[in-house]
Amino acid sequence: MKFLEIKNLKTFFHTRSGTVRAVDDISFSIEKGDIVGVVGESGSGKSVTCHTILGLLPQPPARVEGGSIHFQGNDLVDLPKPALRALRGKRISMVFQDPMSCLNPFITIVDQVAEPLIIHDNLPREKAQKQAIEMMSKVGIRDAEKRAHSFPHEFSGGMRQRVMIAMALITKPDLLLADEPTTALDVTVQAKILKILKSLRKEFDISVLFITHDLGVVAEIADRIVVMYRGKIVEQGETKEIFSNPKHPYVKGLLACRPTLDCKYETLPTVDDFLDTIENEDGSIEIREKENVKSTLEGLVEEKPTSEDEHTEPLVEVQNLTVCFCPSKGFLGGKKEDVRAVDGIDLTIHRGKTLGLVGESGCGKTTAGRAILHLIRPTAGEVLYNGKCLGDLPKETLLEYRKKMQIIFQDPYASLNPRLTIEQALTEPMLVHNIGNSSTNRRERVVNLLEEVGLSSVHLLRYPHEFSGGQRQRICVARALAVEPEFIVCDECVSAMDVSVQAQVLNLMKELQRKRALTYLFISHDLSVVKFISDEVAVMQGGKIIEFGNSQDLYANPKENYTRDLIAAIPST
Amino acid sequence: MSIEKTKSLHSISESRDGSSLWKDAWVRLRANRLATLSLYFFILVSSLTVVGPEIISTSYEEQDLNNTFASPGSTHFFGTDNLGRDLFARVLHGGRISLAVGFLATAVSLVIGVAYGMTSGYLGGKTDALMMRIVDILYSLPFTIFVILLMVLFGRNFILLFSAIGAVEWLTMARITRGQTLSLKQAEFIEAAHALGYSHTRILFRHILPNLLGPVIVYATLTVPAVMLLEAVLSFLGLGVQAPMSSWGSLIKEGSEKMDIAPWLIIFPGLFFSLTLLALNFLGDGLRDALDPKSAKD
Repeated sequence: MKFLEIKNLKTFFHTRSGTVRAVDDISFSIEKGDIVGVVGESGSGKSVTCHTILGLLPQPPARVEGGSIHFQGNDLVDLPKPALRALRGKRISMVFQDPMSCLNPFITIVDQVAEPLIIHDNLPREKAQKQAIEMMSKVGIRDAEKRAHSFPHEFSGGMRQRVMIAMALITKPDLLLADEPTTALDVTVQAKILKILKSLRKEFDISVLFITHDLGVVAEIADRIVVMYRGKIVEQGETKEIFSNPKHPYVKGLLACRPTLDCKYETLPTVDDFLDTIENEDGSIEIREKENVKSTLEGLVEEKPTSEDEHTEPLVEVQNLTVCFCPSKGFLGGKKEDVRAVDGIDLTIHRGKTLGLVGESGCGKTTAGRAILHLIRPTAGEVLYNGKCLGDLPKETLLEYRKKMQIIFQDPYASLNPRLTIEQALTEPMLVHNIGNSSTNRRERVVNLLEEVGLSSVHLLRYPHEFSGGQRQRICVARALAVEPEFIVCDECVSAMDVSVQAQVLNLMKELQRKRALTYLFISHDLSVVKFISDEVAVMQGGKIIEFGNSQDLYANPKENYTRDLIAAIPST
Repeated sequence: MSIEKTKSLHSISESRDGSSLWKDAWVRLRANRLATLSLYFFILVSSLTVVGPEIISTSYEEQDLNNTFASPGSTHFFGTDNLGRDLFARVLHGGRISLAVGFLATAVSLVIGVAYGMTSGYLGGKTDALMMRIVDILYSLPFTIFVILLMVLFGRNFILLFSAIGAVEWLTMARITRGQTLSLKQAEFIEAAHALGYSHTRILFRHILPNLLGPVIVYATLTVPAVMLLEAVLSFLGLGVQAPMSSWGSLIKEGSEKMDIAPWLIIFPGLFFSLTLLALNFLGDGLRDALDPKSAKD
């Protein structure tokens, strides 16, 4: 008898627009003390699997259509609700993705951690709190006793995730379900959390189901891997085996399309290079491996043109740029300290090149990007565009420069007006800047732009919500290109995407750069992506640039300790 | 992009050809049965109240003291009241006034409130603080006294009644709009609009205003009944509609006093009043969904 055994599980969602086979006939098992990683892109059904185990899905629309989940002699699928509730938090615990919203902001940390004990073991509050404090120090919260009575907002993201883990482990469960527990965290914090999870697994002899989209993370932590694609398991096996010798074309594609630090491709392979997905008429899908994968891959490897010898003239020069945020003083005033988000940075971005700006959350990289475009007025310092100081320009002339400098945002869901069709959204910048002389001409331009970013004229009349995340980001790129800019700030523009989509968008951006001689400022927290796309890299910490250099050199010999830590924290495979 | 994907996406777009927001909204509203039914009901009631009093032979103010408290029948469809006036005529006439008050006052509050709230939220900072404090001060004025003062100063006047109610109701509308504008202002598509060099008027009217429609319309449909009730209260205090004129509010008030001897006096105006309000609420819900392109495929 396995510890947890899932057999032929099917969870479907019945919506008005049809049935979605979120989890479609999957079987796998977990041994006692094992960490099993479930990997898949968004919509692959990995989270649904996890929620089905705990019976946490809203029913309807969800329904378990078949199969069984055996855990300690029970079938969790048929278990009556009260019995399931007794298991939840006691024998099976869960850690969620977003530590910011998973803690109740009105209850102290210690009370939240102790709550499962009070509920399941009927411990008195005093005793439960004592155990909670012990558990908190075990997950690496320093001064647990002192900080126990603070509220969630006084903790950082990484600390909150530790609190979540403490809360999940306090009842000494047998199975821990971790749903993307490190996705919202910085790499250095992620590395620490993974370490804690690993050591706690030994200490408590606990099995972990670790759900993530990040292959690097799963390689770091899991003993076995289950790869899901469109509701089905396409491959499962030992971690080492899968990474060294993947069998399924999808897994091969997934592994290849990540830009790693030792990436040799000039253009990233995409999952579509590996497989054809054929949709049958009854809605089922068939996956076939492509035949000419090898030659395609070889075509993608190109010598990186050595950037040193062809130094172009600088397009954007940033001198001593500083941005202070003065918290609002209220109507009658009051005393609050100013925050220096960007603290005197100098940068030079050369025409036709890409400068990567990396740093962890809160380091001021986004603010720097906005201030360079003068979307935020810098408190001090200057930005020279083609030798012209943007700060001195009158408002009307600055509008002229808006044409030349564009920005692409992280969240393609939020950066398109939901009430404008794609055509309206792309035509508007042309109207404002008098590009194109007639509506037919503008429509032609819009269609050309869409084709340039890999969409087509059938999309003209749609609204943004009808597109996937990757397609929306293409639309955002097209909108930025509509005014024919020279310089584009990409603010974490691929961070919210699945690796396969990320590879497509990165390739698109490189291609556009070649074709249109664009200059990019590429802001990201992901060091491997930055290495792939950038010619030069600047590392930011606490509002300052602490290291700057050619991307090859900087990754090969980082000079600052912080840079070294960042590089070391990238989960390696 | 793969051909299959393009094809499957293509099939979605074939099912739709409308391109303007309003055309699409109309199609979506029609798909919502309850909302469409409510719309037809509402059109029926309002045309009855507009045309009805001109057509029917009995007048709303003609008394027949020999025939007081007559039960509903073939001569008086809804019966008569304590002065022998035909209730059917009074309900229709009252509806005219109630609906007029409700819609005009809501329109006034909508225009002032949205303009004020949007300006305040968009400008932000000190201006916003100042504009909102003005709203707070106006909120703190006791409404009834405010109306009585107006009546004393300018004499009893129907138009004045609209303006007085509208002038009070816009405050909440302004607050809602301002809150929405504040959060929309942070949205990335607004920032993208700034980056693309759009003018402020363009951003306000093309990017912010359409996204305000949802909550504003829902609140407006709640305001209409609220105003109709307010009118009833004012009439009761002798500040609103005066006999022999009627309104649904005042009819219900009168009817409630004679409920035990002539229940039809409250049943008929009450039925009209509540059914209309119900229809308005359903219609408001339907409009909110219809104006949101995201709800298209559900």
